[in-house]
Amino acid sequence: MHIVVCLKQVVDPELPLRDFAIDPQTRRQVREGRPLVLSTYDENALEVALQVKDRTGARVTALALAPQATVGDQIRLALAMGADDAVVVDDPRGPDLLGAAKTPVLAAAIRRLGAVDLVLTGCESADWVERAVPPLLAEELGAACVTFVARVTVEDGRVVAHRQADEGYHVVEARLPAVLSVTSDEANRPRLPKVKDIVGAKRKPVQTWPVDALGVAVGDAGVDVLDVRVPERTTRCEFLEGEPAQQAEALALRLRDLKLL
Amino acid sequence: MANVLVIATVADGALSRSSLELVAGARTIAPAVGGGIDAALLAAEAADGAVEALHQHGVGVVHRVVHPLLATGQSDAYLAAAEACVRAASPAVVLVAADTVGREIGPRLAYRLGAALATEATGLEVADGTVVVHRQVYGGRAVATLAVRRTPAVVTVKPRALDAPAPAPTAGVVRDLPVQLADDALPTRVREIVREQAEVGLEDAQIVVSGGRGIGGPEGFKLLAELAQVLGGAVGSSRPPADAGWVPISWQIGQTGKTVRPLLYLAVGISGATQHVAGMAGARTIVAINKDPEAPIFGVAHLGIVGDYREVLPPLIAKVKALKGQ
Ligand SMILES: Cc1cc2nc3c(=O)[nH]c(=O)nc-3n(C[C@H](O)[C@H](O)[C@H](O)COP(=O)(O)OP(=O)(O)OC[C@H]3O[C@@H](n4cnc5c(N)ncnc54)[C@H](O)[C@@H]3O)c2cc1C
Repeated sequence: MHIVVCLKQVVDPELPLRDFAIDPQTRRQVREGRPLVLSTYDENALEVALQVKDRTGARVTALALAPQATVGDQIRLALAMGADDAVVVDDPRGPDLLGAAKTPVLAAAIRRLGAVDLVLTGCESADWVERAVPPLLAEELGAACVTFVARVTVEDGRVVAHRQADEGYHVVEARLPAVLSVTSDEANRPRLPKVKDIVGAKRKPVQTWPVDALGVAVGDAGVDVLDVRVPERTTRCEFLEGEPAQQAEALALRLRDLKLL
Repeated sequence: MANVLVIATVADGALSRSSLELVAGARTIAPAVGGGIDAALLAAEAADGAVEALHQHGVGVVHRVVHPLLATGQSDAYLAAAEACVRAASPAVVLVAADTVGREIGPRLAYRLGAALATEATGLEVADGTVVVHRQVYGGRAVATLAVRRTPAVVTVKPRALDAPAPAPTAGVVRDLPVQLADDALPTRVREIVREQAEVGLEDAQIVVSGGRGIGGPEGFKLLAELAQVLGGAVGSSRPPADAGWVPISWQIGQTGKTVRPLLYLAVGISGATQHVAGMAGARTIVAINKDPEAPIFGVAHLGIVGDYREVLPPLIAKVKALKGQ
């Protein structure tokens, strides 16, 4: 069994607001001088892959589409956590491409890896939150698709996934190959690599594939990004003062005045 | 003439609220796209009430696919049915709700049609004759404006981002479309459906009491549930309590979780990270209870209480009960 986990490198989403800026040229977040991390849910996807590996002995390949010069620490974190192989598709535009544009490139890289049974991704990227890549990849690869899954088991050539749903969750069975997008829950909290694994990962090879060598053009999302801006907030908070009981009473009275009781 | 087509679904026998919101979006853009509004109604039963509701709100042709597999959250069945309707209607723009099924089938539909794709819209508009989509990016810190450059286009729209439209009755027709669907021929199958919030759905509640990491554990959520009960509302959460298993994941509000627009949103022990605010900023009145006076939640709240929720909620519950005469 071979599992590919797609990992995206993003500016740390917890970055303080004062360090957040939009580049008017690229209409994307300024990355220079900002800490880069693995996109939040991609780490959960990696953890799910490693759990399947722990149970079945599957091989796990970490795949990133990114400028090679900046992605080193993130891809090595994946190796330290337990991925067997790492591939970087080197594309300087990587971070700025829309999901529909990058999907053909990711799919070509996955095909080049040979027979792949499962492709795992985060359920959304921490930056543009398009949620488009996993379903598009499934179509492109002719694979089954289940999005927003938290728990995964593989049995008899099928994968069984808990999909987060609007009013609870669905247990969905999919045939292989399948593309799953992963959300977080208590069962897939990313493992912390041991110091010796972090050191060991530094010596492991990372394959770099120039994007041009894949023989595909980026796709066309059919939309133009006209503008990205930070909206102004105008709310002024009115604080209710006093001891807790007085604050509580003041709030209850206000709720009554607002006809909410 | 190029129409806008909304993918409509049925919830508890009636037209789903998010489908109605899509009709509102369609009404905004249809004049510029050049045509009327069609719907694809995907349902397990005839759902004549839903057809009627669509006509009542300005939808002309309803392409209806009725099949038992369209009741189960079975996205592959919905995809096949939606694709058949889109091919029959050849619309310029297809609107899909970004709910459990919609966020899977929207991009897949776009792929199959070779269509332009914009996801998770929070606003639709027409500028210079072009359909323009607004969406949140960077964890709710910024808003992006996208222009749809070609048709057909598929746009997924966040539930609760658009208001339901006022009635605008039109004489419409329904066209039944036979679609062959076989459970064992589909790549996925839903084995089980587990419901976690039976009472008022979080997204429909007029009052939401939400707890964050500051609640400290599942015990504290009992206090929130008590408050929600006396207020007649639902309980929600930020991400950490859902991640930690204190509450079901389906209670999570925010970028990854649900979008809510209640009359009253009470954020208790929630710091106010942009990813959380993205899901609740549309609430009419926002009240924050937090022991840290510097918490960013006070930047979006209308009313604030600086304090420990364990000291504030019990007298609040008592006072609300007294005022309501309970
Ligand atoms: C890609 C991505 C998607 C995300 N999606 C979501 C999402 O959908 N929803 C979401 O909520 N978050 C989401 N997040 C996480 C988000 O960035 C924050 O980490 C999260 O919202 C913080 O939750 P919190 O406010 O409950 O916890 P914290 O930030 O830890 O805040 C806890 C607050 O409780 C207060 N507190 C502590 N004890 C008490 C007490 N006794 N009484 C009163 N107040 C107290 C503290 O002062 C503090 O302000 C996402 C993050 C990423 C990167």
